[in-house]
Amino acid sequence: MSDTTPPVPLLEVRELTKNFHVPGRGNNVLCALDKITLQVGRGETLGLVGESGCGKSTLARTLLMLERPDGGSIRFDGTDPFALTGKDLLAWRRRVQMVFQDPFASLNARMTAGEIISEPWSTHTTLYPSKKAREGRLRELLQIVGLRPSDAGKSPQEFSGGQRQRIGIARALALDPDVIVLDEPVSALDLSVQAQVLNLLNDLQHRLGVAYIFISHDLSVVRHVADRVAVMYLGRIIETGTTEQVFDRPRHPYTAALMSASPRLDVSDTTPRNRIVLEGEMPSPLDPPSGCRFRTRCWKAQDICATDAPPATGSTDNPEHIAECHFPLLPIPVTDLFARRS
Amino acid sequence: MRTATVAVPRASMIDDDVVLTVTGLNVDLRTPKGVLRAVNDVSFEALSGRTLALLGESGCGKSMTAKALAGLLDPVADVTGGTVVLGGTDLAALTAKERLAYAGPELGIVFQDALTALNPVYTVGTQLGEAFRIHEGLSAKAAKVKAIELMGRVGIPEPESRVDSFPHQFSGGMRQRILIAMAVALNPRLLIADEPTTALDVTVQAQIMKLLRDLRTDSHMAVVLITHDLALVAEEADTVAVMYAGNVVETGPVKEVFGAPHHPYTRGLLDSVPADVGRGQDLTSIAGSPPELHRIPDGCVYQSRCPLVQDICRAVRPALEPDGAQRAVACHFSEELAHV
Repeated sequence: MSDTTPPVPLLEVRELTKNFHVPGRGNNVLCALDKITLQVGRGETLGLVGESGCGKSTLARTLLMLERPDGGSIRFDGTDPFALTGKDLLAWRRRVQMVFQDPFASLNARMTAGEIISEPWSTHTTLYPSKKAREGRLRELLQIVGLRPSDAGKSPQEFSGGQRQRIGIARALALDPDVIVLDEPVSALDLSVQAQVLNLLNDLQHRLGVAYIFISHDLSVVRHVADRVAVMYLGRIIETGTTEQVFDRPRHPYTAALMSASPRLDVSDTTPRNRIVLEGEMPSPLDPPSGCRFRTRCWKAQDICATDAPPATGSTDNPEHIAECHFPLLPIPVTDLFARRS
Repeated sequence: MRTATVAVPRASMIDDDVVLTVTGLNVDLRTPKGVLRAVNDVSFEALSGRTLALLGESGCGKSMTAKALAGLLDPVADVTGGTVVLGGTDLAALTAKERLAYAGPELGIVFQDALTALNPVYTVGTQLGEAFRIHEGLSAKAAKVKAIELMGRVGIPEPESRVDSFPHQFSGGMRQRILIAMAVALNPRLLIADEPTTALDVTVQAQIMKLLRDLRTDSHMAVVLITHDLALVAEEADTVAVMYAGNVVETGPVKEVFGAPHHPYTRGLLDSVPADVGRGQDLTSIAGSPPELHRIPDGCVYQSRCPLVQDICRAVRPALEPDGAQRAVACHFSEELAHV
């Protein structure tokens, strides 16, 4: 790929907004997504990071057209999926699939693994039209995700958590999608099994060129799988960049706090860690703070943060490394950051 | 009654006293598939002012061990062997009533899910004051004053106005603080924290772990932290006992055990963490999954997943043998692993 012509992104999201109306007292509009802008390239993994209630699952659902946005646009391979109808819409849905968090709740216990994986073909009938083609593809899919062809006849409860997640991945792959949205795909799994599934996802991406939108609260997992990372806070993407940029030189104070708060395994590092321990919790999305949404917990907040929403600005050396902050952190290695704070 | 003496803060206590000694603890489960051994011959010590981590994956017996210590086992589970000595008293030798009077104030426990651990129909003040009413015979009014004091101690803002709120009116992090407040109300010698932050976001986890650290330092409690999170163990614990299929397979100071694991399971766990491995590279995973309790093999519990397995592993279960001054490991080939 040449450097001069930037590749057309597979998925382009601009200023996507989604409000929910909550019945009851006071301000009843919950702004779950507030002008989200992001891109995902072919075969790329975008890591979506944030705490519960930040809007990452709503974003995933909107990208899958399970929610209708209140503003902004989605372009998938150049077309707006929300303008599609009938056959075109069906064809689009095939290209975007999802893997769910809970491998116990997301598989129908009354169906066999084979039925679960093949079910999408009864909606998308033209993809593998003949019985023979479907049987062959089912065997192939089971093999790709590391299960045996004989497993097709078993029901989900006969499998372990890791194996169930493999079934969920096979089901998502059944329609040969271009993008898979993975919503916390390994957080219900034990560590040793988690590594197996992460390896599988990595291997599949290499072989099939599928793009992932990988939602996780586990920063070490995201760091391992993502090419680029978007950090969300109260419905906004407050920082985005390559994985190295965001993890090693965070610019937004919230990102830095998030990195600092997640425990580290390295026991050989004996320098005491001065952590940024944020005060309080994420404010209610029904009543977000004025100006910068993070200001109520930010140690760098000034008057301007309460009055003006910070613009999204690129870093001086990396314009692609964008943060929404009036006082972005200097591009210093994150280890120094820990050492300076108390 | 012993209770009269235990509620005062132990200002005289110092760190590194042995608070809890568990020796050869067995827990059996009565199930339709027969009697299953959920916790097998588990032994460890917890020291005042220090944190011991029980580390393992789901089903390894770590929570069952905690429940056995706290006397909160399900009716189908029985302690069938071993001793649990807390502050010099063997809990197993006490009657239920004596146990309540003694271990109630001496042992606090914090559960993972604060919303289900708290009673939804009582105010937090009532629930926090319960310990004082039962163990110190305080009036409801005096207990409420104590409850407010406690809420302040665990960092709940405006405790005077929040004391009459119900659990659902608090956020997840605040509920966990309330649970911690209940556990430390009577200044216990031992605090068991069973996955205290698993349900919480990482920035709130950092707050809760700091609170636990501060409380431990102030009152010289021994903390038993039960978790599946290796990084949390690395940061919070002094010693670790790694559990697999109901057995402790390796134990020792965290720095030593994580720095140079001598059991292949510990090694496998550490290798599974996506930390320093470059992006896109494969992680070293452990093949297979842990055995179910009714399928635990004779011989070594880890044999089905172990890369070093030999005939002796299938025949003889390795005992937890001392391995250096402070460590112990249950593996026939720990020497080899130590020198890799």
